[in-house]
Amino acid sequence: MNQLFSRNPEKGSAQKKRYTIDQMHVCRMHGGRKGDRGGSVKTRLIIFGLLAAFLLLGSVFSAHLVPYDPDLQDLANAKAAPSAAHLLGTDRYGRDMLSRVIAGSRASIFSTLLLVAVITAIGTLIGVFCGWNGKRADAVLMRISDIFLAFPGLVFAMAVAGVLGGGLHNAIVALAAISWPKYARIARSQTLAQRETAYLKAAKLAGSGTAKIIFKHLLPNIIGPILVTSMLDIGTMMMELAGLSFLGLGAKPPTAEWGSMMSDARSLMTTAPWVAFSPGAAIFLSVMVFNLLGDTIRDYADPRSRDF
Amino acid sequence: MGPVLEVRDLTKIYRRRGQSTVTAVDGVSFSLQPGECLGIIGESGSGKSTLVNMITRLTDADSGQIILKGREITRLRGRGLRSVYAEMQMVFQQPADSFDPRRTLGDGIGESLRNSGWSAAAAREESGKLLVQCGLPADFAGRYPHEVSGGQCQRAAIARALAIRPSILLCDEATSALDVTIQQEILDLLGTLRRQMGEEFSILFICHDIALVQQFCDRVLVMYQGKIVEEGIPDTVICSPSHPYTRRLIDSIL
Amino acid sequence: MAELLKYEQTEISYRGRPAVTDISFTLREGEILGIVGESGSGKSTLIRAAMGLLGPSGAVTGGDILYRGRSLPALSPEELRRINGPELGMIFQNAGASFCPIRKVGAQLYESAAAHGKVSGHDFTEHAVDLLQKIGFADGKRILDSYPFELSGGMQQRVGIAAAMLLKPSVLLADEPTSALDVFVQKQVVEEMLMLRKTFGTSIVLVTHNIGLVGAMADHVLVLKDGRAVEYGGTQQVLQAPENAYTKKLMSAVPRLKRMTG
Repeated sequence: MNQLFSRNPEKGSAQKKRYTIDQMHVCRMHGGRKGDRGGSVKTRLIIFGLLAAFLLLGSVFSAHLVPYDPDLQDLANAKAAPSAAHLLGTDRYGRDMLSRVIAGSRASIFSTLLLVAVITAIGTLIGVFCGWNGKRADAVLMRISDIFLAFPGLVFAMAVAGVLGGGLHNAIVALAAISWPKYARIARSQTLAQRETAYLKAAKLAGSGTAKIIFKHLLPNIIGPILVTSMLDIGTMMMELAGLSFLGLGAKPPTAEWGSMMSDARSLMTTAPWVAFSPGAAIFLSVMVFNLLGDTIRDYADPRSRDF
Repeated sequence: MGPVLEVRDLTKIYRRRGQSTVTAVDGVSFSLQPGECLGIIGESGSGKSTLVNMITRLTDADSGQIILKGREITRLRGRGLRSVYAEMQMVFQQPADSFDPRRTLGDGIGESLRNSGWSAAAAREESGKLLVQCGLPADFAGRYPHEVSGGQCQRAAIARALAIRPSILLCDEATSALDVTIQQEILDLLGTLRRQMGEEFSILFICHDIALVQQFCDRVLVMYQGKIVEEGIPDTVICSPSHPYTRRLIDSIL
Repeated sequence: MAELLKYEQTEISYRGRPAVTDISFTLREGEILGIVGESGSGKSTLIRAAMGLLGPSGAVTGGDILYRGRSLPALSPEELRRINGPELGMIFQNAGASFCPIRKVGAQLYESAAAHGKVSGHDFTEHAVDLLQKIGFADGKRILDSYPFELSGGMQQRVGIAAAMLLKPSVLLADEPTSALDVFVQKQVVEEMLMLRKTFGTSIVLVTHNIGLVGAMADHVLVLKDGRAVEYGGTQQVLQAPENAYTKKLMSAVPRLKRMTG
């Protein structure tokens, strides 16, 4: 048996050589490529995070950024093509389009974020409540959410907004009313998955009350996937809010809002296309930035795509 | 002095819609004396986990009574139930799972203290002391569960269980997930704690390894299909088992 | 007796970092070798390397693993596939999970047998029922007609052993074959594996943390710690009179049932 343990250096080194190719292959696959990918997720996160922050700051400070008063009419200069004075031209009332797009970001971006925050909070609370308590309340609330999920979202939102009457606030309420079930579902399934875990039992044994267990221990552990969903939802919600406004169920004139500005510009498509172009481009760019940010956050939250 | 914990005729029946009912725990009665280490052995499915969950009130019993130091706790809720946990703590099978992954070990250890009115600073200091008592450096309080090994995490879990100075420690397969050398270290730690605290400290040791129970416990209960089929001093039970199940169990040990 | 499986100063690495270094042993015909060690000692890695089951991040980076003189790490995936099963069989810790849940056990066993072109149709059923009977299933036909979920964990594990045995491998690599089982079933599985050796002369490499299991089955024991062999020898010698300090510590930590008391 002893001979089995004795080294045979000559043979050992020969064998080693034979497998170096394997080794290199392994290193390349798992040191190199994966590491680069992990790094690029981080880079993407920074880029899109900065862009989103830029858009958000722009919407918050829009009142200070506009070159002209966005509601100031100048009929003598209506439908003016883009020029040095009006970089994006003017609309049918001679209002500066750049100012209106910037001012519109307040209604569009800020409202969307508010909306997403509200549905995330409401949906999560309902879902956690259902998952935690189970039984009848769970059954009732989940059937209600089934009903909401059974309708095509935007059509349902139009109906709700129609009943409530137009206006940006009512559009937000309508979209919130139809969008919470998705979050409730995720939060509920996450809660169910965590409910029986030892660390929550341990928290109970430490004498923590239910509220404390839920908010201190459960929520921080389930919020990840929920936040990723809400990030991915920002773009969708922005589109839907603009859609409702476009249909006249959202922001009312003269409030600058990208959706209603597009709607306004429909009849000018042939004569003054820039009036439709600028809010359209604004919607396109911000939806894209927030979608990409959502995607990136999802990738980042998934430990498999992070570097080792 | 009376028993520190008494369980009378405890029963748990699981009913599933459209399926036959399962009596997980069937009329179990026993008592735990001050300073005693009582082992409960049984195979998976014998009902020992359900029994533990009922005693710690993580599951409600269908019938029977649980009496902790002369006070019935079977149906306590809210504040009353929380006061129970000052007397009774548990160590779980999977140490890493029993700590909140997003909080430090120190947070977990100090949680019961914070809940009973300690200041954050005092709880932090006590957590450090408890860790040292359980054989870990005090600065482990700042680590996260995934940053420590299984054995270290189980030591921290014992520190957490001891924080509130309970009179009963339930160990639910507390060493089963650990390597044998680590298992030995944890048993040594529990043994030391027993010697330090004497009559003030009783252990209910749930385990599937009868050799371990023989080594560690004063008395053993054998559970089979939800019932206690045998009770006695481990050596006696092992050398002259009276129930056929126990005999078969002991014969199967390699 | 003939040497079947031979590890020569084997080194296995994950992502270029060695997990197992300088392991040498020889498995002869009909021999049972126990490989023991605690978690992270590299014991599973060792037998997975023979089967080519290290995954994309692992590779044999030094030494060699020989089966009947052929170097296993040097084989192409195609050649390895031909050897795995009929030559080298594997039993996993959780064999039940390796069955497809929606197909009958018999169909799955047949599929693995047919993949190696061994038998067909009626022959297969007869052969399988026969084998199941040998490992203690009185009604082998009923087992073949069951879905995996209709069998208990212990039965699934035994069917897993049958699945591996069906191809009559010369070497059976068993990775914690009884760790998920209750002691009754564990004893049954031990008896079945011992009978396999007796009936078919199968060699077994038994990887486990359960010293009792090794004591009951193995002829030789290899003790691993942190990817290195710390002791290798006859089972009784290693278990009763270990030489290495770590082995001593390990053996003294194993709770042993004391049946006799004074």
